[in-house]
Amino acid sequence: MKKKSKSVSYAKWGYVFIIPFFLCYFIFSLIPLVDTVRYSFFEYYRSGIKAIGPNFIGMENYVSLLQSDMLDYTGNTIILWVIGFIPQIVIALLLANWFTDIRMKIRGKQFFKVVIYLPNLIMASAFAMLFFALFSTNGPINSILTSADLIEKPIDFMGTVFGTRSLIGLMNFLMWFGNTTIMLMAAIMGISPDVFEACELDGCTGIKRFFYITLPLIRPILAYTLITSIIGGLQMFDVPQILTNGQGNPDRTSMTLIMFLNSHLKSKNYGMAGALSVYLFIVSGILCFFVYRMTNGNEEEAAKKAARKAAKKQAKKGGVR
Amino acid sequence: MRKKVIASLLTATAVVGMLAGCGGSSDSGSDTAASGEEGKVINIYSWNDEFRTRLEAIYPEVESTSDDGTVTTLKDGTEIHWIINPNQDGVYQQKLDEALLNQADAAADDKIDIFLSETDYVYKYTDADADVAMPLEDLGIDPDTDLADQYEFTKTTASDLNGVQRGSTWQCCPGLLVYRRDIAKDVFGTDDPATVGEKVKDWDTLAATAEELKAKGYYTFASYADTFRLYGNSIDEPWVESGETVININQNIMDWVDASKEWLDAGYLDKTVKGQWNDDWNKSMSSSSKVFAFLLPAWGIDFTLSPNWDGEDGAWAVTNPPQEYNWGGSYIHACTGTDNPEHVKDIILSLTADKDNLIKISKDYLDFTNTVSGMQEAAKDPEFASEFLGGQNPYEYFAPVAENIQIAPLSAYDQGCVELIQNSFSDYFQGNVDYDKAKSNFETAIIERYPDITEVAWPE
Repeated sequence: MKKKSKSVSYAKWGYVFIIPFFLCYFIFSLIPLVDTVRYSFFEYYRSGIKAIGPNFIGMENYVSLLQSDMLDYTGNTIILWVIGFIPQIVIALLLANWFTDIRMKIRGKQFFKVVIYLPNLIMASAFAMLFFALFSTNGPINSILTSADLIEKPIDFMGTVFGTRSLIGLMNFLMWFGNTTIMLMAAIMGISPDVFEACELDGCTGIKRFFYITLPLIRPILAYTLITSIIGGLQMFDVPQILTNGQGNPDRTSMTLIMFLNSHLKSKNYGMAGALSVYLFIVSGILCFFVYRMTNGNEEEAAKKAARKAAKKQAKKGGVR
Repeated sequence: MRKKVIASLLTATAVVGMLAGCGGSSDSGSDTAASGEEGKVINIYSWNDEFRTRLEAIYPEVESTSDDGTVTTLKDGTEIHWIINPNQDGVYQQKLDEALLNQADAAADDKIDIFLSETDYVYKYTDADADVAMPLEDLGIDPDTDLADQYEFTKTTASDLNGVQRGSTWQCCPGLLVYRRDIAKDVFGTDDPATVGEKVKDWDTLAATAEELKAKGYYTFASYADTFRLYGNSIDEPWVESGETVININQNIMDWVDASKEWLDAGYLDKTVKGQWNDDWNKSMSSSSKVFAFLLPAWGIDFTLSPNWDGEDGAWAVTNPPQEYNWGGSYIHACTGTDNPEHVKDIILSLTADKDNLIKISKDYLDFTNTVSGMQEAAKDPEFASEFLGGQNPYEYFAPVAENIQIAPLSAYDQGCVELIQNSFSDYFQGNVDYDKAKSNFETAIIERYPDITEVAWPE
């Protein structure tokens, strides 16, 4: 015999309400994710319209990937990420610091916040198309430079390794610095004004205040930014894909890991692409771990939270795209 | 309050839209049509409305087409459903492949009845093992008698390895050399097609002519990719022999590489134009460009050159190319498992074997159509003169080229090979990599694209 409890339990409604999310997650994320890993042990692709496989081949996909140019593409990806990330974090820190400085009294703060965020709203592929047109050999940038007599012959931006990589870095910087600025601003505004006031009374200069107060106190958010940016960087795809027409020109020096993965998917090579995804997953996991340890100071709790968030995000994105 | 109402309305429409999208494909038609009886829906897969416009123009059974162009009703009440997916990035082939894989399980009215393919990948679908395109004989079309007036090479292209024809085309794409009259006058003192034709009749003569053009500050062609089809579409052995997994690079291809590098370094080609179908290439067809000529088939003049040209009509003329070649062509296939074999047969015959219909297409759409006798007549008929070409009748030049085309034997790997060899060697042309690196880049790229390829054999 069950006795009717007097208090009504609302807990079950909580579960009912989150069921749709878990159902969607299970069907659209978890199953494909597990399948990706499973297929990485199979030979499975299409030749013309004939499907080959799936035949179990053990670790062969992993081995042949290691023998391919995968490591070069990893290098490319990291280089491309670094040239985009360094200016991004420097400018974002600077801007965030200025915008939150009470003494500076910048006018039109809201306006600038919107403006620096705007590039992020454009689709990455559209942005890359725009740059492709702007910087093509007979494009407007070259026309302006030639008619201003700054150069004699049009510069072949996309024909050199330096040019292509810089353009990709520039685009990633432009697209993401606004987002980072706003995140860092939120972090700085979260610091108690008392601390700033106290340091000013003690005679801190602006630079000292930045390095000894602001920076240590926003470390958890910095760690979060770094981790999400690394993961985003590892998955860099649309900008170089569109800018180089999927070829990673010149000489495959701007071929990123996901572009490599994408070219396997042209033949529906689920096995190879799956193995590559697993590698990517492991690499992002290791990177996350390092960054987490590096920045893990007093704010252990907060950093843990950030890392967990990032890991979750990665888990969602880890599948074959 | 009002905002909330609008928001919920928007959400509702979005959801309804999604549901409708899901339901659309499953609710049509009966399960299986009794054998011998024709289905009510003909599904046609294509990548643009080119085929639809041709069909509407000449197929006598057409009653009307809906405003959005997705459904054409025939006089006996049968509906043609057009399933159009763009060719870019292989989208069309992806969608078509998915549908073909489900063909056996699909309801009768959902089955594909006709699909189209392009020369670059026609072989993938005519493959006898895959058996997705019906042999024409199974439809009741005898290629030897019914399609006797077609150009022989179009029939070869649409046949599988055993010589069984599995598709048919209304167009034929012989290519010509299209040149600017003003530049010809400036350099050669005349724009007469016969005289210019003499100056470009083969590669050696053309190289000498290129030197003349260069002396006056003109480029012969825009890009190294312009000449590729002449070399690449006249290879004498397929890229991959049937049943093998080795890519054989033909000597012709390496000749193209050597010639392109030589011409580019000599300044006969415009260095700033990298490949085709990009902005720079399009601009090189404008009046401000210094490019003398392009190598284009009939559709190229109509769809590419004419829209990019910003000057008066009559500035261009055609003449014989340095080498006969074919570029492009859309094939009509009857899909295995179709429930409308009679209609399909009728459509194929009407669009690709009826001389009057084909001549009408040539007149209305400037297609070079697949009728030997018809095109020979057109070459002599002053009615076919083109205003864009300053009153010249291009068929006079197209027809003999078409008759002399040696079509390259096809393989299922052609599209990737053609695309990747041009990409890999463009780094070499621009001086970014050396010859051997370009070769190894091609090997890497082709094995990525086709996992079953084991080796690339370069000519000695």
